Amino acid sequence: MSGNDDITHIEEELPLRELPLDAWHRAKGARMVGFAGYQMPIQYEGIMAEHSWTREHAGLFDVSHMGQLLFSGEGVDEALERLLPSDIKGLKPFRQRYSMLLDEEGGILDDLMVSRLGGDAFDGAAIYMVVNGATKYDDIGWMIEHLPDEVVMNHMDEQALLALQGPEAGEALASLIPQTADLLFMQSGLFNWRGVDLWISRSGYTGEDGFEISVPAEDVRLLADALCDLPQVKPIGLGARDSLRLEAGLPLYGHDLTPAVSTIGADLGFAIQKRRREEGGFIGHGRVMKELADGPGSKRVGLKIEGRLPAREGAPIYAGGAQVGEVTSGGFAPTVGAPIAMGWVSLPHSALDTALEIEVRGKRIAATVAPMPFVPHRYRRKA
Amino acid sequence: MSRYFTDEHEWIDVEGEIATVGITDYAQEQLGDIVFVELPAEGSNFEKGDDAAVVESVKAASDVYAPISGEVIETNSALEDEPALVNSDAEEDGWFFKLRIADASELEGLMNEAAYKKFVDSL
Repeated sequence: MSGNDDITHIEEELPLRELPLDAWHRAKGARMVGFAGYQMPIQYEGIMAEHSWTREHAGLFDVSHMGQLLFSGEGVDEALERLLPSDIKGLKPFRQRYSMLLDEEGGILDDLMVSRLGGDAFDGAAIYMVVNGATKYDDIGWMIEHLPDEVVMNHMDEQALLALQGPEAGEALASLIPQTADLLFMQSGLFNWRGVDLWISRSGYTGEDGFEISVPAEDVRLLADALCDLPQVKPIGLGARDSLRLEAGLPLYGHDLTPAVSTIGADLGFAIQKRRREEGGFIGHGRVMKELADGPGSKRVGLKIEGRLPAREGAPIYAGGAQVGEVTSGGFAPTVGAPIAMGWVSLPHSALDTALEIEVRGKRIAATVAPMPFVPHRYRRKA
Repeated sequence: MSRYFTDEHEWIDVEGEIATVGITDYAQEQLGDIVFVELPAEGSNFEKGDDAAVVESVKAASDVYAPISGEVIETNSALEDEPALVNSDAEEDGWFFKLRIADASELEGLMNEAAYKKFVDSL
C-alpha cells in the first residue's frame, strides 16, 4: 500500500521542530507527523472518535505552531490598516477580528486573527495577531518590509497556543477560570490562572463554541494537564481539526486560500468593513473594489457529494465536458456522515444547487454546490 | 491453507488455486478510520504489482496492489456498506478480493506470519 495524498503534507526538506508539548503528546499516545515545520499530533485514538468528541464535548488542540505576534508603537493602527483590509482603528480593546494579508494584486498571503489588547496584557502592547504556522516567517518578512520603523513587531516564539473547542468548552474552562464564562464570541481577555497570565479569546476554527488560550511555553504543560483532567476534555489531533473546520465551511490557508485567489472570490468580504472598502488605503484594495463591482472570476463554494467516495484536494470539477474548477479541500465528514468538499469554481457555475461532476480516479461523481457551513456554527453570541 | 504477507502490508490466504487478499491489521491501524473501499471489477486481470483497490481513510487515499498475478473472481461486497470492517476485522471479514492465481511461483518470495511480524517490528 502507499499513500498518494495526505492532508498533512509531510515535509522532509527541513528538520522538524518540536512543540513545547511534544513529549506530552507522545505520552498521550499521539501519532506525530510533520506539519508546518513541526512534529505535530495527527491523531490520538482516531480521527472519527476525536471529531465526534469535539462536536459533543470539548477537544483540546495544540496549535502552538501558529505565529503569535505583538505590535506596538506610534501609528500602529494606521500602519496595520495599510497591511490589512479590515477595520483596525474601530477595533475596541479585547475584541478580535478575522482578517488577512493581501499582496499588491489582491491575492491572499495569509488569513489571520487580529485583536486589540487591553490592560497589562503582553506588557502593554497594542495589537495581538495569530497567523498560520506554515506561513508565519513569510508573513513576518512581508510585514517587516511594509511596516514603518516606529511600529515594533514582536514574534513570541516562546508562547504556546491551545484551542479548547466544543459545546462543553465553556463549562470546562469556567471550572478552572470562572470569569471566562462572561466572554462572547470574538471577545478576549487577560486572565490569571495559578499565577500564570493567559490571554484567552472566545474563538476557534471548528464551528463550535470554544476558546484559544495563549500561554507561556513553560506553563503550557500544567494547563494542558489541568484541562485534560476535566471529564469534558480530551486531546484532539490535526486530523479531526481538519475535518471539523471543513464541516464548519472554514477555509484552510495553503489549500482553499492561496496568493492566486482573492478575498471576494473566497467569500470573505465580511472581513473588509464598509469604511475600508470606501476609503481603501490597503494593499490589494484595487482587486477588492473591482471584484465587488464586476464579480470575481471564480468563487469558493461548498460541495455536497453523492455516494461515499471522497473527492480530495486537486480533483477537477466539471460542468458537462468543461472543467470549471478544482477541489481544494475534501474528505469524509464524520458529523454529516458523507463526503463533502470545498472547491473553487468559475462564477457561472457557483450558484447554490448547481449540479456539477468531480473526477476521482477517472470516474465522474455527482456533486452539488451546497451552502456552508455543512454543520451549523454554535458560537456563543449575545442572547 | 497458508497465509502469506507482503512488505506492502497485504495478507494472502491461499487455498488451492484461489487467493484471498486483504490488508493487515498493522496497515489498517496506520490508515486510521476507513470510510470507503474501491474494489476491482470481477473478471479483471492483474499483474503482480498492479493497482487493484483503493482504500480511503478520513485523511487520505491509499493504493492496494495486487500481491500476485491473477483474475479477480470475487470481491467483498460487505465493504460497500461497511468499510469500517477493515478497521474492526482487517485479517478476516475485512478481506478485499479473491484471485484465481496465475503463477503460483510468485508466492515464493512472500513472508510468512513470523517473518511479517519481524518486518513490522523493524519499522
